[in-house]
Amino acid sequence: MKKDIILAGVGGQGIISIAAIIGYAALEEGLFLKQSEVHGMSQRGGDVQSNLRISDKEIASDLIPFGKADLIISVEPLESLRYLPSLANNGWVITSTRPYNNIPDYPDLDLVMKEIGSLPHHIALDADAIAKDLGSTKSANIVILGAASPFLDIEYERLADAIRFIFRKKGEETIQVNLKALNAGREFANQNIPV
Amino acid sequence: MQKLLLLGDEAIAQGALDAGISGIYAYPGTPSTEITEFVQSSKQAFENKVRCSWSANEKTAMEAALGMSYAGKRAMVCMKHVGLNVAADPFINSAITGANGGLIIVAADDPSMHSSQNEQDSRVFGKFAMVPILEPSNQQEAYDMVHYGFWFSETYQIPVLMRITTRMAHSRSGVKRIGARKQNDLKLPEDLRQFVLLPVIAKRRYRKLLSEQVKYAQESEKSVFNKYIDGPDKSRGIVVCGIGYNYLMENYPDRIVPNPILKIGQYPLPSKMVEKIASECDELLVLEDGYPVVEEMLKGFLGRGISVRGRLDGTVPRDGELNPNIVAVALGLPDTRGIDVPSLMVNRPPSLCIGCPHIDSFRAVKEVIADLPKGGVFSDIGCYTLGALKPYEAINSCVDMGASITMAKGAADAGLFPSIAVIGDSTFTHSGMTGLLDAVNDKSPITVLILDNQTTAMTGGQTSPALGRIEDICKGVGVEEAHIRVLKPLRKNHEENMKIIREELDYPGVSVIIPRRECIVTIDKRMREKFKKS
Ligand SMILES: Cc1ncc(C[n+]2csc(CCOP(=O)(O)OP(=O)(O)O)c2C)c(N)n1
Ligand code: SF4
Repeated sequence: MKKDIILAGVGGQGIISIAAIIGYAALEEGLFLKQSEVHGMSQRGGDVQSNLRISDKEIASDLIPFGKADLIISVEPLESLRYLPSLANNGWVITSTRPYNNIPDYPDLDLVMKEIGSLPHHIALDADAIAKDLGSTKSANIVILGAASPFLDIEYERLADAIRFIFRKKGEETIQVNLKALNAGREFANQNIPV
Repeated sequence: MQKLLLLGDEAIAQGALDAGISGIYAYPGTPSTEITEFVQSSKQAFENKVRCSWSANEKTAMEAALGMSYAGKRAMVCMKHVGLNVAADPFINSAITGANGGLIIVAADDPSMHSSQNEQDSRVFGKFAMVPILEPSNQQEAYDMVHYGFWFSETYQIPVLMRITTRMAHSRSGVKRIGARKQNDLKLPEDLRQFVLLPVIAKRRYRKLLSEQVKYAQESEKSVFNKYIDGPDKSRGIVVCGIGYNYLMENYPDRIVPNPILKIGQYPLPSKMVEKIASECDELLVLEDGYPVVEEMLKGFLGRGISVRGRLDGTVPRDGELNPNIVAVALGLPDTRGIDVPSLMVNRPPSLCIGCPHIDSFRAVKEVIADLPKGGVFSDIGCYTLGALKPYEAINSCVDMGASITMAKGAADAGLFPSIAVIGDSTFTHSGMTGLLDAVNDKSPITVLILDNQTTAMTGGQTSPALGRIEDICKGVGVEEAHIRVLKPLRKNHEENMKIIREELDYPGVSVIIPRRECIVTIDKRMREKFKKS
């Protein structure tokens, strides 16, 4: 088993928590893991990515080679396209459709969505709207994680446990809403995976 | 023991704690910051009273660590690569004094300049100082090397440099700990004149350093961090340093490389191993992150003998960090690059937070100087450097910590008006105070804005070393009290703030304006912590 995942977003959008949850679940499954994160300047509203690699064999490189990523998980639509050279031919892009518009020259959103739509394997969802319906706008990143969960080769319950662990200090309410977010994202994906 | 999932930085910190350090000294700087932060939040460090608060700059940190080593205890000092420039004087001289308690200097390089103004390679500094260098290829090695480094430092009474890069620092992986050592007791150097670098003593110490080089090389030869791995295809041998080894291995899914490999994790280079690979192979490929340090050593000045490929002949790009694909191309393997980024893609540079106090300061300064000659705003390093980008485009320089004040002074000396310095509070105490003294002594007509957001924001909100004492420092340096003006950078104060800036620009001497309002990210963090506690 091997999953090479690129997490993409804008500084401050919480991609590191997605990485932490997958990472925790992977370790509980006894897998090897390498994860390179972004710290520093670009965290101030710049584009950020994290390379997350999990495998049942020892992993060599901290960076995923071009053309080898199984998944791009993005919490922002434009950012989901930034790392396409890294995506494998049969790789999936899971992305939120909600733009984070903090630049003057953000491209026409319709064109961005068209580019995403033209990818052979993709799932696009308005994670913010789903999270809002659940009463927690902060959980949009967990909705995205849920939508990516069918592609992770990690048992769903493991991810749920990881959420319980990662949010353990934030109280039961936060845990529950994030579990709902995870489930909502997963359901969306299951209904929208073309067969 | 169970494996911990640690960043490279955290592995180093854990290694240092387990190796029995008594103190860690540092000024924040990406990608080194998390080493010290890990120690600061470690229970083990707290229980063992490991000294760990931030220093004013890298030079003070290096000197304090040397002092702790003098007193017989183990110390670590951490900085980003450019921090080693600031600490260069004590660093180079510490090789001459030697160490007493174990001393490790960690320099975190930033090839590809993710968060830096250059990509200098700290191995050059290590070689310059003639100290041993350790360069880990993964988080486990980083942890193990700290233990080894302290052993080396105490055995040979020499500071040891540990060089990491951004990828190493900010990548997480499993680390197995080995048992923890006790801290050293207080114990002065046997020769109390060892650290007195008067020429007569320095000459003796320097000759000792020179003669010890052979021993360092012998240690490199038998080090577990340097490995010769044989392979059948001798048409090319591969010399690979630090994290480059991972990228090399990535290109061979079964981890079997056809060519002989010399994996380097410790310097000086193990010369016998180098001779072996050079004599057995037709040519050498050097894979190293940063400068072509090893490549230049192997190539030699006249480029005679065995051909050496790498960054100098274009086999590997001359700048930027390595990655698995660059290594693949250098090996003659196919590039696996996927589809192109769509042409609609635009850059998303970092930007000041909405509500950032610096925004109001820039707005005021820009409007005041709109009708004055352009080009006279010298700035510095911090969040406010983002004021160089759109929509502010408010500053004309950013060179090194503290340079705003001294460059403004020099430009004013040359007759430039207005000559304005814009510097952050933490940068001011790092390296701005001495420049201000120069300006006062020369009565240079400059206006210095010390943007006091009451934190070291750029690197994650560490305590600002002179919190609440900026005016006192300016007064102490000799700035006239009437020309130290504090204002609150808020939209509603815009007119009043512009008036103050205008008045001080008109003053033909040194004036200091302190726009003071806390960084909103720090406020947020403080509130959340308060909430958590209550
Ligand atoms: C010699 C050196 N050390 C450390 C750094 C890393 N660094 C860049 S900006 C900065 C903090 C600046 O803080 P401050 O001046 O208060 O400005 P702020 O970011 O808070 O606006 C640090 C530590 C550096 N670039 N150079
Ligand atoms: S972190 Fe603080 S100082 Fe930096 S841009 Fe944001 S508000 Fe401004």
